[in-house]
Amino acid sequence: MDKFEKLTGVAAPLPLINVDTDMIIPKQFLKTIKRSGLGVNLFDEMRYNDDGSEKPDFVLNKPAYRNAEILVSGDNFGCGSSREHAPWAIKDFGIRCVIAPSFADIFFNNCFKNGILPIALPQDQVDLLMKDAEKGENARMTVDLEKQEITTSDGEVIPFQVDAFKKHCLLEGLDDIGLTMAKASEIASFESKAAMERPWV
Amino acid sequence: MSPKTLYDKIWDAHLVHEDEDGTSLLYIDRHLVHEVTSPQAFEGLRMAHRKVHAPDKTIAVPDHNVPTTLDREKGIENEESRIQVEALDKNAKDFGINYYPVDDIRQGIVHIVGPEQGWTLPGMTVVCGDSHTATHGAFGSLAHGIGTSEVEHVLATQTLIQKKSKNMKVEITGKLHPGVTAKDITLTVIGKTGTAGGTGYVIEYCGEAIRSLSMEGRMTVCNMAIEGGARAGLIAPDETTFEYIKGRPHAPKGAQWEAALNWWKTLYSDDDAHWDKVVTIDASEIAPVVTWGTSPEDVLPITATVPAPEDFAGGKVDAARRSLEYMGLEPGQKLTDIKIDTVFIGSCTNGRIEDLRAVAEIVKGKKVKDGMRAMIVPGSGLVRAQAEEEGLADIFIEAGFEWRLAGCSMCLAMNPDQLSPGERCAATSNRNFEGRQGRGGRTHLLSPAMAAAAAVTGHLTDVRELM
Repeated sequence: MDKFEKLTGVAAPLPLINVDTDMIIPKQFLKTIKRSGLGVNLFDEMRYNDDGSEKPDFVLNKPAYRNAEILVSGDNFGCGSSREHAPWAIKDFGIRCVIAPSFADIFFNNCFKNGILPIALPQDQVDLLMKDAEKGENARMTVDLEKQEITTSDGEVIPFQVDAFKKHCLLEGLDDIGLTMAKASEIASFESKAAMERPWV
Repeated sequence: MSPKTLYDKIWDAHLVHEDEDGTSLLYIDRHLVHEVTSPQAFEGLRMAHRKVHAPDKTIAVPDHNVPTTLDREKGIENEESRIQVEALDKNAKDFGINYYPVDDIRQGIVHIVGPEQGWTLPGMTVVCGDSHTATHGAFGSLAHGIGTSEVEHVLATQTLIQKKSKNMKVEITGKLHPGVTAKDITLTVIGKTGTAGGTGYVIEYCGEAIRSLSMEGRMTVCNMAIEGGARAGLIAPDETTFEYIKGRPHAPKGAQWEAALNWWKTLYSDDDAHWDKVVTIDASEIAPVVTWGTSPEDVLPITATVPAPEDFAGGKVDAARRSLEYMGLEPGQKLTDIKIDTVFIGSCTNGRIEDLRAVAEIVKGKKVKDGMRAMIVPGSGLVRAQAEEEGLADIFIEAGFEWRLAGCSMCLAMNPDQLSPGERCAATSNRNFEGRQGRGGRTHLLSPAMAAAAAVTGHLTDVRELM
């Protein structure tokens, strides 16, 4: 997995609540058997007209935000299905950090498996970052995972919380299957105990 | 010993390892797999030269992409869909996992097949790369959706890295009125708590109205726990549960059945267990409901009118405005005046035999309104066969419904069953998101009985008027 340490980039404002995974990547793009190449279809229905042309009003189509690396959005971001195609599409577009007041559980976990940092902050701080993001490409934010700090374009510093284990995995770019396989003997002893206690399983 | 919730008990019974910060390794008893969220996971295993750790605990079935038309044996026309299903055929064979291919009568939606075949049992941990895995919680198993990276993790290790969620109790007291169903319960709960109300929690549904539900009804309730934001929804197992399981192909038999039953009977929340959040709803106050917007929390009794954006606060004002525009609705409009183009009955929420019986009861001797498209997609080949045996299929066909083969179908429209832009659908499925059933399609979520009523009248209808 790609590491996430520190990122300075343009933040795109998407002031909508309940951004669901069908919005992030509609079902017709789930038919792939690969993880890559989904960025062009990120937010497909909001981003393109029926004839495939771009909707100029959509934030990621505006010149200032075409290279956004951070997304600032509303409550309950990533709700809906478990499709990991959602974080794959976000990452493939080039966004590595999503900031919102809250996230849906499965999406939140899926981000960490893909080198994306989701940051949940109180509404007033998200509002402040949303305003900062609205300034466009001159307003570059910095997200420092090690220090757990966001620095706005005005130099204001906002601390954030992150789970210690998830932080460690992101900073080091760790593959957690490898980590778990190192516990193979614990898994084996659990299995022999369970086979005694619940043989019908 | 300190009192525990049902969730605490299942968690403790599956804990392989716990770090000081609470990061835990949880053993997984059943891993369900479908064709959309698994190909990258199997590919990952191959690249790392890893095997499936417990193929006997892994069950795969194609459901999202499969055609539901009667000419399905001709194969899948869409190339990408076909490749995905063929990839699952190959992966199931190469890795030696349990498999129900498209041409097997037991094929169907993964969350209907699992319980039907007796794979899902009380006290188990169940995962699947699909958010509606919550369905299996109806058996008192801890069941939730995972992403593809986690699918690969479970395939390789039969465990999942988790942190424990908080405990939430949703109690539905008293009795439901006639015409009010499990779907109305689960939608009403989401309407009350919101789509993020359950975030960070595992919900246990309890109370007289839940106890009175069949297993089919309980699966409907738990299925939509995810729409309320919860990691999982649970219902403590009881005689109804044991009765459903007994004799199913993969249920324990003989002495093992007795041993299992003894343990299953300990699976309930202790009287003085700690709850982080409690929601109580009086069943007698629940009406048949429909959704008006593009979030499953946009729930109202069928007797209500379309709300105005100003009725809400915060970010919901803009969200409601956007929803009304997308749905083509005006504030103040009566919900029962909303005309419907299409009726979709099926999905892992409402594609079981009891759902079909409820539809048959309403449409028997009646006709689908002229000009409407109405389809019934059973949740599995066995549900279809049973409906035919019970004479339900004849009632549907006579009434003018399309009677389809099993699959996810128009719930998420990955196969050819899709809405056109502006087409308005009464759907027994679980999500009314923008574009969910097809780009520009408009979805109203409701119960099977309510969907049947809409099919007959051509508009959203209070089913109680047809009973």
